[in-house]
Amino acid sequence: MTDPAPSHLDELRKTLADDIRAYPGTLTYIDLIRKNKRQSMLLIGLMFILTAAVGALIAIAITIWVGVDTQRGQEVLVGAAAAGIVAGLLTALIMTLWSWSSGAGAILRMSGARQITPQDDPELFNVVDEMRIAAGLPMPSVYLVKDSAMNAFATGRDPEHAAVVITTGLREKLTRDELQGVIAHEMAHVRHLDIRFSMLMATMVGLIVFACDALLRVAWYSGGTGRSRRSSNSNASGAIVLLVLALVLAVIAPFLARVIQMAYSRQREYLADAGAVELTRNPQSLASALSKLAGDHEPLVDRANRGTAHLYIINPLRKMRSSGQSLNSMLSSHPPVKERIARLLALTR
Amino acid sequence: MGIWIGLGIVAVLFVVVLMWFMGMYNMLIRRRVDCDNGWSQIDVQLKRRHDLIPNLVETVKGYASHEKETLQGVIAARSQAVSVHDDSSKGVADQARAEGELTQALGRLFAVAEAYPDLKANQGFGQLQEELSSTENKISFSRQHYNDTVGRYETTRQVFPTNIIAGFFNFKPREYFELDSEAERAVPKVSFS
Repeated sequence: MTDPAPSHLDELRKTLADDIRAYPGTLTYIDLIRKNKRQSMLLIGLMFILTAAVGALIAIAITIWVGVDTQRGQEVLVGAAAAGIVAGLLTALIMTLWSWSSGAGAILRMSGARQITPQDDPELFNVVDEMRIAAGLPMPSVYLVKDSAMNAFATGRDPEHAAVVITTGLREKLTRDELQGVIAHEMAHVRHLDIRFSMLMATMVGLIVFACDALLRVAWYSGGTGRSRRSSNSNASGAIVLLVLALVLAVIAPFLARVIQMAYSRQREYLADAGAVELTRNPQSLASALSKLAGDHEPLVDRANRGTAHLYIINPLRKMRSSGQSLNSMLSSHPPVKERIARLLALTR
Repeated sequence: MGIWIGLGIVAVLFVVVLMWFMGMYNMLIRRRVDCDNGWSQIDVQLKRRHDLIPNLVETVKGYASHEKETLQGVIAARSQAVSVHDDSSKGVADQARAEGELTQALGRLFAVAEAYPDLKANQGFGQLQEELSSTENKISFSRQHYNDTVGRYETTRQVFPTNIIAGFFNFKPREYFELDSEAERAVPKVSFS
C-alpha cells in the first residue's frame, strides 16, 4: 500500500539535508515506557509539593485576613500553615485519583469528541486495528471531532483504556497511507505511555491555574480591605510580602507550566514519530501527512486550550498566518514541523 | 563467631543468586508468552482471511464466471492454507508458505477483476476488497510484531548468562514467520484508490 514518494518530499530532502544527517536514534520503546513511568511519578510528586505550598500560603493569608492576637501570632500561623499543607495534599491526592479514573473522559468531553463504531467508518477502524496489531496492543476506542481543522490526539491512563481521536478535517484530507502514519503516531503515544504522562500534565496545568487564581484572590483580600484592628504591624508587613509573593507566583506559574509542557512535548513528539515508523516501516506516509497538517492553518477553536494543547499531534492553537500556502514559507515559520519531517526523511536515506 | 559470619555471607550469596536466577527465568517466560500472544494475533487474521474468501469467490463468479482458472487457484490455495492451519504437525514455516501462495492467488484474482467494470462497481465487492486488503495488512503487521517478539525471545534465550537457564529448563527455539521467496515479497499490491 506504499504510495510513490510525492515529489515535494524530494524537494524537502534537499533543503533539509543537514538536519537529516544530524539525526541519531538509539532509544527503544521499552526505554521510553520506563522513562514515562518514572516521570509520571515525579510529576505526581511535584503536584503534591506544589499544592501543599499553595495550601500553606492560602491558610496563612486567611489567618492574616481574619487577624490574630500578637501574643500567640506565631503559633497560630504555624498551625494554619500545617492545616493548609494537609488540605493541599488532600487536594493533590483527590486530583490525582480523579485524573486516574476519569481524566481521559474529561479530556475527551472538552475536545467535543464523539465515539464511533466500526459501522460508521470501516476504513478508519481497519487502519486503527492494523496499527494496534503492529504495536501488539489492545484495540483502543475511536473518536471523531466534528471540525474542519486537521488534528489528532490519544489519551487514557494505559493501553487498556486508550482512546484515539481525530478530527473530521483530518479524516477527509488524508490518503489511507497518510492516515496510517498519523494513527501510528498516536499508537506510539499509547505504547510509550505518553498518554498517561500527558493526562497528568493536563491535570497539573489546570491545578496550577486554579491554585494561583485562588491564592491571588485570598492574598488580595488579606492585604487589602478586610484587615482586623487587632493585627499588628508585623502581620501587616507579612501580608504585603504575601501579596507580592502571590502576585509573582500567579504570574510566573502558568508561564513555568507552559515552559515545562513545551520541553516535555517536543521531545515526545519526535519519539512518537520514530515509534510510528517502527510500526508502519514507512517514514514517507507520516512525513507526507505532517506536511499536509502543517499546511493547514485553522486553529481548533473552543476545543483545545493551553491545558490540552500538548496532547495533539500538531499545535492546535496556532494563529492564522498571511503567508500561508507555500510549503517553504510554512516551514520557515514552523520549525518543529520542519524538523520532524527532516527526521522522518532521515530514515529513508 | 567466625563461622556465623561465614554462614551469613553464604546465605546472603545464596539469596542473591536465587533472586538473579528467578529474574532471568521470569524474563524468559515473559518473552515466550509475548511470542505466543504475537502468534495468536497472526492466527486470528489468517482465519479471518480464510473466512472472507468464499464470499469473494461467490461475488466474482457472478460477474466473471469464465475466469475459472484464477478462481480455482484461489479456492485451491485457500483449502491448502486451511488444511495446513488445522494440521498441528505443520510448523510456522509451512503455514507461511501456504499463506504466501494464497496471497499470490488473491493478487491474481484482483488483477483479473480490474477488467470487469460491473464487478468493480458492485458495492459488496468494494467492501470485500477493503476487508481483504486490510486483513492482508493486518497479517503483515501481526507478522512484523510476532517476529519482533521472537527476536527478543531468541536474543534472551541465546545470550549469556540466560542461555544457561534456557538450556537447563529446555526453552525451545521459536521460528520466525517469514515469507519464502523474493517473488512473494514482491507480490504486486493491488491499489484500490
